[in-house]
This record gives sequence, structure tokens and C-alpha cells, in this order.
Amino acid sequence: MALTMLASALPISAARGEPRAAEFTLSNGMDVVVIPDHRAPVVTHMVWYKVGSADEPKGVSGIAHFLEHLMFKSTDKIAVGEFSKIISRLGGQDNAFTGQDVTSYHQRIAKERLGTIMEMEADRMQHLRLTSEEVATERQVILEERRSRIDNNPTALLDEQMNAALYLSHPYGIPVIGWEHEMAKLSREDALRFYKHYYAPNNAILVVAGDVTPEEVKRLAEETYGKVPANPDVGVRKRPLDPPYIASRRLELKDARAGNASFHRYYVTPSYSTAKPGEAEALDLLMKILADGSTSRLYRKLVVEDKIAATTGGDYSGWGLDGGAVSLYAVAAGDNGLDKIEASVDGVLADIRANGVTEVELARAKKSLLADYIYESDNQASLARRYGWGVAVGRSVKDIEKWPDAIAKVTLDDVKRAADTYLDLRRSVTGYLVPDEAEGEGAGQRIERPVAQSLRETR
Amino acid sequence: MVLENLLLAKFGRPTWAPLAVVATLLASLSSPANAMKIQTIKSPGGIEAWLVQEHAVPMMAMRFAFDGGSSQDPDGKEGLANFVTAMLDEGAGELSSREFQEREEDLSMRMSYEEAKDAFYGNFETLTANRDESAKLLKLALNKPHFDADAVDRIRQQLVAALVYAARDPDKVAQNEWYALAFKGHPYARPANGTEQTIATITHDDLDGYRKRVFAKDTLKVVAVGDINADQLGRLLDEVFGDLPDKAQLTPVSKTTPVTGGKQEVIEMNVPQSVAVFGLGAMPRKDPEFIPAFVLNQILGGGGFASRLMEEVREKRGLAYSVYTYVYPYQHASIFSGGVATRNDAMGQSLDVIRDELKKMAEEGPSQQDLDNAKNYLIGSYPLRFDTNSKIATQLLGLKMDGFGPEYVENRNAMIAAVTLDDMKRVAKHLLETQNLIVTIVGKPTLGATAKKG
Repeated sequence: MALTMLASALPISAARGEPRAAEFTLSNGMDVVVIPDHRAPVVTHMVWYKVGSADEPKGVSGIAHFLEHLMFKSTDKIAVGEFSKIISRLGGQDNAFTGQDVTSYHQRIAKERLGTIMEMEADRMQHLRLTSEEVATERQVILEERRSRIDNNPTALLDEQMNAALYLSHPYGIPVIGWEHEMAKLSREDALRFYKHYYAPNNAILVVAGDVTPEEVKRLAEETYGKVPANPDVGVRKRPLDPPYIASRRLELKDARAGNASFHRYYVTPSYSTAKPGEAEALDLLMKILADGSTSRLYRKLVVEDKIAATTGGDYSGWGLDGGAVSLYAVAAGDNGLDKIEASVDGVLADIRANGVTEVELARAKKSLLADYIYESDNQASLARRYGWGVAVGRSVKDIEKWPDAIAKVTLDDVKRAADTYLDLRRSVTGYLVPDEAEGEGAGQRIERPVAQSLRETR
Repeated sequence: MVLENLLLAKFGRPTWAPLAVVATLLASLSSPANAMKIQTIKSPGGIEAWLVQEHAVPMMAMRFAFDGGSSQDPDGKEGLANFVTAMLDEGAGELSSREFQEREEDLSMRMSYEEAKDAFYGNFETLTANRDESAKLLKLALNKPHFDADAVDRIRQQLVAALVYAARDPDKVAQNEWYALAFKGHPYARPANGTEQTIATITHDDLDGYRKRVFAKDTLKVVAVGDINADQLGRLLDEVFGDLPDKAQLTPVSKTTPVTGGKQEVIEMNVPQSVAVFGLGAMPRKDPEFIPAFVLNQILGGGGFASRLMEEVREKRGLAYSVYTYVYPYQHASIFSGGVATRNDAMGQSLDVIRDELKKMAEEGPSQQDLDNAKNYLIGSYPLRFDTNSKIATQLLGLKMDGFGPEYVENRNAMIAAVTLDDMKRVAKHLLETQNLIVTIVGKPTLGATAKKG
């Protein structure tokens, strides 16, 4: 069969799911994953904290992300704003990101500098200093960030509203960046409280990928992170759970900046962390077949055959600690109505729920996901991210490395069952983004203006 | 719920920011610390390429380019090159659109195209096991694309939808207006993705005509990296490109410079945050002052948190999430440009701060410490640009496009190291003539006295 052929043609361990990473735990409880890659004399260093926006106290939305920004201020040893500058002077690059379940700090640098980076990162794990003035200025920055990412972008605004409707009690309904009115009140004390509770070695994972050996990393980690005391109070994460979903939800956002009208649908599903064995893999394959690219069912039906949509897409986000989600969208071609588009999407979904997918489709999707996995393995930073994220949401290194095997095992029945179980409207929210004719001025006159990228790439 | 939506990075640049531009620029100026062997090879049929063999992973990446790009779009057919980039997997040779795309997936092959102002770029990646079959498909795409009416109309719909959306995106509008203003009357001023009107007029013959004029052996540049040796690559080059015409038929594009004297345009849009793009002319790629200008840019706005503008605009004043600059040498004009996004009522302040910093730099130049820091970063970080097959290929193709040989990679760090404080002062004065600054702002900005004057 196709998959076996591909796998046997690829002598790299990743393709066969053989062990590649080494893992160990420091005496203070910090997990460490090392992924050797000796092609270039560089390393990717990441520290993942098992905390994200879904762990924020109610009414303090955005604090996880705000703290991530503030981590670049100062410590007892590092002056204000110097963290990134020091790394830059060493020829390295650094950044950080915050999600619903994780917060991660990462650097890419020549391998000789690894020890220095680890020292700096261990230092800010316990010695962060913040002044009220720094906090006030940085709060303006995150509000600008919110304007750039969300408020200036109607699709992002709709996404925020749809998530808020999708989850009934679970904090996944709250935006990672925060609601603006709550962000405006975030304080130094809010940040420090969050920091002191969650930023501890027993709540963190170190991932190093690159031109290193596990032994070297172990020695350096013991000298740096190993000296940071654990916080016994940080426990297992328990967020409010949603009740059973008994009614579908819908909403419409009118915005002068909407462009062509578009249809969006999200469903709550399990994730790799919560699914029964094989279920998340089946959802990955289902969404590949249903919504990914120009060979997908949705594109074939709505764009190629019926010609009512300009483009379609969708995917499965399976990396959440407490659950996953499936998303679908279709952008109207010309002035085709969203009701017509929705009916057509629902027709495609009904067919796949009733009849499943074909053997050819499944084989092609498996091959395609496996190839993505292999191409991604060419990139050290992507590898580090794959392991770090997985371990941070409770998967084992073995689970992560056996993923290609797990994909190979998915059957036609598994895909059909996943479709039938989870593409249930009661688990969903439907969103319409429509141009606001009344406000027309938004950009109406600017239609002749040029563009930088095609929609296929940007949405 | 797309994964990316859940992630917020500390420092980002807006998605429209000229990523291709940045990538190509880095390509022009980097080299790996360890020995990376670049072979120059010639196929039996006479096609040249650079090759870096890397057999650790059974895959290869190939990047190639033809001169031309969107500056070859005929008047009234703006967006043609971009249209072609979306059409090359829509059926070719014996294969229908659907068959072609399914075959691509079955081979796990990756093929994509993009146009820039001066060139038409192709990306190709394949697993070693499928290399021959993938190459055949690539050959079909370049030599026998169908441009069927049905597919043309389908892609047209997508391009129009993208145009309608982008026309309401302040980042994209600010960027495009800047080029329109800076290069008025030159092909660089024209919208690379066209307009609804021009996209509506593009036909099968236009698309096929573009391909026939632009895809030719005399302007072809190729770089391959990965699990392939020189003989195998030679055969692949002949297979894929051997049947192309010997000579391209390009419309000459004249040298130009951005308008001088200072310009400012405000495009009203109902958004909470204004977006500004600013810039002026810079030195050509092979000018001795280009490298100093590149280092200067690192200090001013190219170095993330280590840069002056980030310090003054974001860190000290909280006026923006992202502020950046870059130097980019197009083939027919060079620019120094940058951007910032600030809430409407403080946009004037942001622009005043930026203008002051540019002026200060022009008058005083950077400090020795600034220069040392920038050099340390640029020199120390260069291997980071060469750690995957596809990154290496992109870097090297950028060099080739700028007319350099493979030895550039070896010499690059010495060129950076040789820049002196005097060079920096001279170049800062020469480059940062703020009276020539061209600024486009989209939003409902409140502008202070200086910013109003432009």
C-alpha cells in the first residue's frame, strides 16, 4: 500500500516513527527533550510553560500574554530591555508566544552560546522585576497589538465572536490576547501573581534541538534550570468544562471591511490529548479530505462544480489540552448568497457523514499528511515546536514519534465515525461575515487599489 | 480556531510586510559559518545551476527564477504575472486540472510560484523516491499549461475576492499606495495584483503569452539543495527546462528612483488603528555604500528589539506593536522603507518620533557601540539562514539574482566586518534625507504639525 511504500523509501527515523529525541527529568521536576540535528552548528532552545490564556482568572483576560511581553523587561542581573539585545549581540534571534494552553520562549543561536542562553532563561524564570511604569507602557503595546491583529481585521473579529459562542463555560471562548476592556486594567500585581504561581521548573519543559548531544544538554540544564526551586503549589490544570451541547448557535457580523461575504463554521471536537485512540488522527485525515486545498471535497463541490464560492478551506486543531475544534469556511463568489453556500456545505457534510470517504481519498490523505511531517522534519525549529507543544499538553515523546504509525492505522470506518460523531450541528457555531452596505464608505472606493497576496494564501 | 490564531508572538510584523523582500535581502547578505560546498554545474544541455548536496534527509528543494515578474504585465493587464502563478497547477499536457492536482498529492511533491516586481519565482520540493516523476510534472506545468477557460474563470473569482478584501486592509492599501506615489509613471508604481477591471480582461491568450515571453533559458536561474548529485541534477535540469525557448522576449524596464521632495498621502479608512508606510530612495545593490546602508538599517529599524525605532516608538512610548525598516535593492531602483501601526489619535506622534530618529541618525550617525552590536548580530547570526534545504536554496537564489557568484558566501562576513564608523556616518547622511521621505497613511489619523506638513 502507498504508505508503506513511501515509508520504506525514507530511511529517516521520523518517517518510521523511530525514536529520535531523548528525554529526561531534572531533580526539580523540569522535563527536558533533546532532538539532535547535526546539519548546521546551531541550536533551537525553547522553554515551554504549561500555562496559557485558559488558565487566567476570570475577568483578567490577556494576562498570560501580557506577562509573556513583560518577561522581556528586567531581572536582578539583566537591565531593562536588555534580554533580546544581549541575544542579538551574540548573533541569536529570540521571541516568545502565548496560546490557550502553553507559553513558550525560544531562541536560535550558534551552539557555543547555548549555556549562556540557558543561564539567562533560568534567571528570568525566578527573578523577574517589573515597575509600574514599564507595565503601563507595555499595556499600550498589547492594546496596539490587539488593534493590529483583531480590531483592524473583520475576519479576526468574527473568529473571536464565534469562539465566544462555541464554548459555553470553558475558557477557550476567551481570546488569547484578551478582551479590550479587561486588557486596559491589567496590572503589575496581576502579572506577578500569575508569574509566581506558574513559572516554575516543575511546570516547564525544556526543548533543545540542533547540534548537541543529550549529555551536553543534561549537564548544562543541571547547572542552570536545575538550581531553580520547584513550586509545590502548581497543580494539575482543571478548567471549567462545557455542559453537553444541545443547540447549534449562529451569529452574523456586518462590517464595511468584509469584502466578499463569507461563511464560517466551527465544531467542538476532542484533541490528541482527550480523544480515544485513533480518533484525533481520523479527524486530521477527515479534514484533509474534506477541506484542505483544491482536491478537497468542499473545493470540488462549491468552487469547481457549483461555482458559488471563490474559495473554501478548513482544518482540525487537535493540539488543545482540553479539546480540539474543526473549522470550515467558504468565501462567496460574486454575490452568491451565504444561505446557498451554507446549504451546499451542509450537503457535502451530510454525504461524508452518511457515506464516509473513499479508499483512494484516504490513501492520498495519509500520504499527504506523512509527507508534510517529513518535510517539516527538515526544519529544526518546527521539530522543537512539535515536541515542545506535544509534551506541554500531556503527550509522551513516544506518542509524538508514533504519529505516522497511528495515521497509517486509521480505517475508512474510523473516518466515517469521526465525521458522523463530530460534524453534528449541535456542537457547532455558524458565522456569517457580510459587508455592511449602509456603512459603504469603509473601503468601497478603494476597490481599484492593488493587493499583495491572493486569498488562497492568506486565508 | 486555526492554530495560528491562538498564538501571539511578542514581536510580529504585519502579514503584508514584504516578507519575500526580507528573505531575498537576507539571501544577498549571508553566508554559513561552516563550509557549505556550493557547486556550479552545467547540464548536458547547457543549463547552469548551483548545487549544494545534503544527503541527510531524502528530499530536495529547488528554487528557480525567470527575469520579468509583474513589471512585464502589459498596460491594462496589471495582475497578469500574479494570475499566471495561480494557474500552473490547473491542468497541463494530458492532465486535467483535477488529475494534475491529485498527481501532485500522490507524489507528495510541492510546487508553487510567486511573482515579484523583477522576477517570476518557482519553488519545487520532492522526496528522493519520487524525484523523476515529480520532475515530469514540473516540466508539464512550465511547458504545457492549459489555461482552460473554466479554470481561468475560477481563479479569476479568487483573485477578485482577494482584491476586494485587500482593498479594505489598511496594511495592504498603505503599502501599495506607497509604490504608486513613489514610482509614479514607472512599472513599479502599478498594482502587482491588478485591479478588478484588469483582472476581468485577462484571457487565455494573455496568460499563455506571458508564459511564452518570460519562461526562457537565457534568464533562467536555478539553485538545488538536498539529496541529489551533479549528474542527477544535470538530467533533471534538461528534463524540466530543456524545451523552453532559448531567449525571453522582455519589455525593457527603465532605471528609476523614488520621487524626491517629500510626499505624504492620507487615505481615509474607518479603522481604529492607522497604518503608515514610509520610505525613500537608496543605493543600488553593487554600490560600495550598500553594505554600510544595510548595517545602518539594522541599527535603525531592521534589528527588532535591538533597533532604535523599536526602542523609541515601542519600548519607551508604547506607540506601536511593530515598527520596522528595511533596505531593498530592486533591479531598477533601490529603496529604504519601513512601517508602523498606531492608534489613530497617536499616529502623528509616532511619525514625529520616527522622523526625528532618522534625522538624528543622519546628523550624528550611530555610536561605535551601535555599530559593533549590529555587526555582531549580522555576522553571528548568518548560519541561522542556512539550516534547512529550502532556506539554503532561497538564500542562494537571492545571491544569484543579484548577480553574485558563490564566493560571495565566503566573503560576506568580511564585508560586514570592514564597515567603519566613518562609513556609517557618511552613508547615514547620504541615505536619510528626510526631506525626501514619502509617507502613506491609511486610517483616520490625527497628525501633528510636522506630520501634517509631510
